[in-house]
Amino acid sequence: MMEIQLTLNGKPLTAQIEPDLLLLDFLRSHGCFSVKRGCDTSNCGLCTVLMDGKPILSCSLLAARAAGHAIQTLEGLQEEAADFVGFIADQGADQCGFCNPGFVMNTLALLREIPEPTDDQIRGFLAGNLCRCSGYEGQLRGIRNYLESRRKGGENHGA
Amino acid sequence: MIQIQKYVQAESLEQAYQLNQKRSARILGGMLWLRLSRGSVGTAIDLCRLGLDTIEETQDAFILGAMATLRQLERHPGLNAYTHGAAARAVQDIVGVQFRNMATVGGSVWGRFGFSDVLTFLLSLDTAVELYHGGRVPLEEFARRKPDADILTRIHIRKTPGRFAYQALRVQRTDLPALTCALSQIEGETRAVIGARPGRALVIRDAPGILRDGITEESARAFGAYVARQTPTGSNLRGSAAYRSHLAEILTRRCALEAGGQNV
Ligand SMILES: Cc1cc2nc3c(=O)[nH]c(=O)nc-3n(C[C@H](O)[C@H](O)[C@H](O)COP(=O)(O)OP(=O)(O)OC[C@H]3O[C@@H](n4cnc5c(N)ncnc54)[C@H](O)[C@@H]3O)c2cc1C
Ligand code: FES
Repeated sequence: MMEIQLTLNGKPLTAQIEPDLLLLDFLRSHGCFSVKRGCDTSNCGLCTVLMDGKPILSCSLLAARAAGHAIQTLEGLQEEAADFVGFIADQGADQCGFCNPGFVMNTLALLREIPEPTDDQIRGFLAGNLCRCSGYEGQLRGIRNYLESRRKGGENHGA
Repeated sequence: MIQIQKYVQAESLEQAYQLNQKRSARILGGMLWLRLSRGSVGTAIDLCRLGLDTIEETQDAFILGAMATLRQLERHPGLNAYTHGAAARAVQDIVGVQFRNMATVGGSVWGRFGFSDVLTFLLSLDTAVELYHGGRVPLEEFARRKPDADILTRIHIRKTPGRFAYQALRVQRTDLPALTCALSQIEGETRAVIGARPGRALVIRDAPGILRDGITEESARAFGAYVARQTPTGSNLRGSAAYRSHLAEILTRRCALEAGGQNV
């Protein structure tokens, strides 16, 4: 066992962990159930969280390496996400919804890095988030509509 | 997934090197490849506290720390200006942004993976690796060596002015490439690098001087055919040997035209 200290959704946390505990399992054991395991081979993006503001795959990072860093999950970013998730829902973009938390986390990272992304930039940034229901067009339309509404003064919208 | 008995954030390269001399020890890069292997690691040696996570630009070189990520490589303005965007193009389809925020340049080069976009791209530049014990070694020589218990600390890219291009073909975006191709013209020397053959990337020089008098549709086509003849290819799930040989010809031609300033 070893001790780590990190910040989880803004709150400092100290924990005893095994050296090979993955961040994903650490987060779920601390109540962050939005973080899910999909492929477990670093391919699907379902387990995306932010580390010091950057999107990473929690299935592939040792919790030990997260020591000293700030981790954010969807549980801590509900307000920021609320702005655009309605636009995604309006498009019926999710069907089973399993990919949604990873997708939302990475969209947050995209919008922070590129506030006015082009379609190509959206596709490129979200290429690592796999969805096996919908074929991605609905998500793209949802993000486009959100950007459009923001440009027009951000009237509230969404399902 | 590997099991790890002990995890150490090394405080010096010497400590990391000493720990790494045990057969059961492993250096951790981004751990993306490593975690997929089976078995047990005695000591996992993390280099994350050694300041190796930067890309430095000096007057005559780019110095990439082993822990710099593929995303840093993709977004580095100086490196992309120097390579005309080839650095970003080489890595931008590797899985996803989240993955590239984790995968390291050091782990990518150390792994000497046959499919590697990173190795293909770096071999087209004037690149040397810096090893903690082994000192500086040209990347072309390093790529041929077998892994040992040394530590890759940095990658040096000499900033000799030149022309660069990168193309790869994937059956599907974010998949492993079916073939990778980089081309450079540095100090009068033209190199094509073909990777994902599926074997390790191979450097092919323009020994017959096909592009010596300039890059035209015709000379680019001839160079593509020459490179394809020089490149051994094989078959796997992502493509047959014949398909790869065809791709080697086409991608080299496109790279030559791109380096020659044409839109392809
Ligand atoms: C699902 C998946 C898809 C991929 N797709 C592509 C692709 O399309 N194109 C592509 O080019 N690559 C691809 N890769 C490879 C990837 O880009 C990285 O090259 C790979 O993950 C290794 O980098 P890493 O930082 O994760 O290294 P690690 O997995 O941490 O390390 C790899 C090996 O190198 C050793 N090592 C790491 N750093 C050092 C060092 N500084 N000194 C000495 N030894 C060291 C480790 O002990 C280990 O043996 C893919 C990998 C995965 C897992
Ligand atoms: S579960 Fe992490 S990328 Fe799929």
